[in-house]
Amino acid sequence: MDAFIELDRVEKVFDVRKKTGFLKRERRQVRAVDGISFTVARGEMVGYIGPNGAGKSTTIKMLTGILTPSGGRLRVAGIDPSRERTRLAHRIGVVFGQRTTLWWDLPLIDSYKLMHRMYRIPDARYRENLDRCVELLELAELLDVPVRQLSLGQRMRGDIAAALLHDPEVLYLDEPTIGLDVISKAKVRRFLRELNAEQGTTVLLTTHDLQDIEQLCSRVMVIDHGRLMYDGALAGLHEVGESERTLVVDLERETAPIDAAPARVVKVEGPRQWLAFPAGESAAALVARIAAEYPLADLSVREPDIEDVIAKMYAGSTPGHTEKAVS
Amino acid sequence: MVDGLRAYRLIGGMWIRSTMAYRASFAMTTFANFAVTALDFVGILLMFSRVKVLGGWPLPEVAFLYGLSSVAFGFADLAIGSMERLGRRVRDGTLDTLLVRPAPVLAQVAADRFALRRLGRIMQGALVLGYALTAVDIHWTPLKALLMPVMVLSGAGIFCAVFVAGAAFQFVAQDASEVQNAFTYGGATLLQYPPTVFGRELVRGVTFLLPLAFVTWLPAAYVLGRPMPLGLPHWVAFAPPLVAVACLALSGVAWRAGLRSYRSTGN
Repeated sequence: MDAFIELDRVEKVFDVRKKTGFLKRERRQVRAVDGISFTVARGEMVGYIGPNGAGKSTTIKMLTGILTPSGGRLRVAGIDPSRERTRLAHRIGVVFGQRTTLWWDLPLIDSYKLMHRMYRIPDARYRENLDRCVELLELAELLDVPVRQLSLGQRMRGDIAAALLHDPEVLYLDEPTIGLDVISKAKVRRFLRELNAEQGTTVLLTTHDLQDIEQLCSRVMVIDHGRLMYDGALAGLHEVGESERTLVVDLERETAPIDAAPARVVKVEGPRQWLAFPAGESAAALVARIAAEYPLADLSVREPDIEDVIAKMYAGSTPGHTEKAVS
Repeated sequence: MVDGLRAYRLIGGMWIRSTMAYRASFAMTTFANFAVTALDFVGILLMFSRVKVLGGWPLPEVAFLYGLSSVAFGFADLAIGSMERLGRRVRDGTLDTLLVRPAPVLAQVAADRFALRRLGRIMQGALVLGYALTAVDIHWTPLKALLMPVMVLSGAGIFCAVFVAGAAFQFVAQDASEVQNAFTYGGATLLQYPPTVFGRELVRGVTFLLPLAFVTWLPAAYVLGRPMPLGLPHWVAFAPPLVAVACLALSGVAWRAGLRSYRSTGN
């Protein structure tokens, strides 16, 4: 496997100045990324997850050449991103969930035409890529609409198409499904899966949504406090983090706490009970047992939050010092 | 550099095409720009309804300064006036989206929202300048005639440098667009009046610190056959191109430093 993305003890330290009084400022160093090493092979689809402020976006910004690392070695397709930003730009596609790379006041198609010229995409390739994206991302009716009038889901699809017109070898997505409704999420996920399978595009995505990872990524990396906490399959993450799903059961009347091992009751509120069970177990068998033995009225299943999984993952292990006062 | 110009042309071209899709709106906004900027000259006319001379300069000569300053600033404003929005881009994070495109950031910021309506300011400045040229009694020499276009181009260059330097400063202080306006729009207004109405210290400041005096005051004094401000020698009237190149180079360095600091600290 050739390493397409390589990070070797990459660091990013920010100087944060805080006003503590008139003209008095306290300087603090924040290690947003604290010595991260990993490699991603061509064609992989990797999820990069962690709580807010863990260093996900900072990593993406270094990988795209927006930010210069403070230390360590970083290569994408053999290129040092911060030194050869524009050369790298031709080979990568970037989608920011929170902000668009499209020209806000202009019709979608104008942004695409400009990308065509700016990236010097050969006409035939441009037409082919645009047609494919328009079809798969259902953009045909949106092309003449100014970007600011698009809904969040439409805009996200428009952004993904814009990032792919120049045939990038790697696609970075920073929170691509944030704020999208269920249908839009499904469209985006299906498209990314096909892109990876058919074009062999390497995909690296950050997300808060474990379902993104479940449905897309064979590999997941967990980052917290700027350090890589886990790198492997999602199933393994559930094991390491002993993550649990929650079954919320509404009974017809109040009963004693439900007895259905390996599930255990974590909370009772009148006729409603919360049961935690290992994320790897099937909910169907559990539901069948409860339905047979208790007066079941309604139920729902809650997936584990990334935050919970990560919290459990190193409950017990002491987190390292990540912030140091300088003066 | 070549990449930058190409990107600038592509983005600017897109905005022009998009503007031209609504011709009536373009005509109206351009006229509004013309009218609003022409109000400055109306102000000067009102003053002259009370006085015969302003700081020793009669109306046609003040109109000469006004026209030159407006046209020079107008070209700079048309070309890269959008740069004053840099601070906002840093604040809301949209600068990042420019950094992932294969084109210099400076060109992308400068061409963003390229506003052809700013031609309105240039047109009114040119009109006033036209009036001044017919009304002023200039003893024309080939050198003076040559100085006219050189003055406008160098002046535009100097104002461009102020725009770029101001934008570079916004990497550090993101709310500084008002400070920048004081130097760009404020500077252009300052130059519309004769140097003799201002204090000596101010004239020194805009000659040696922020060399706006090279846009109009110094070369215009030579063309009009007036004494040079601050008693400077005549050859200084021919320095504007050099001053413009130096200012542009300095502002380029400032821009690079600003962008480098952004890329090492983020926002």
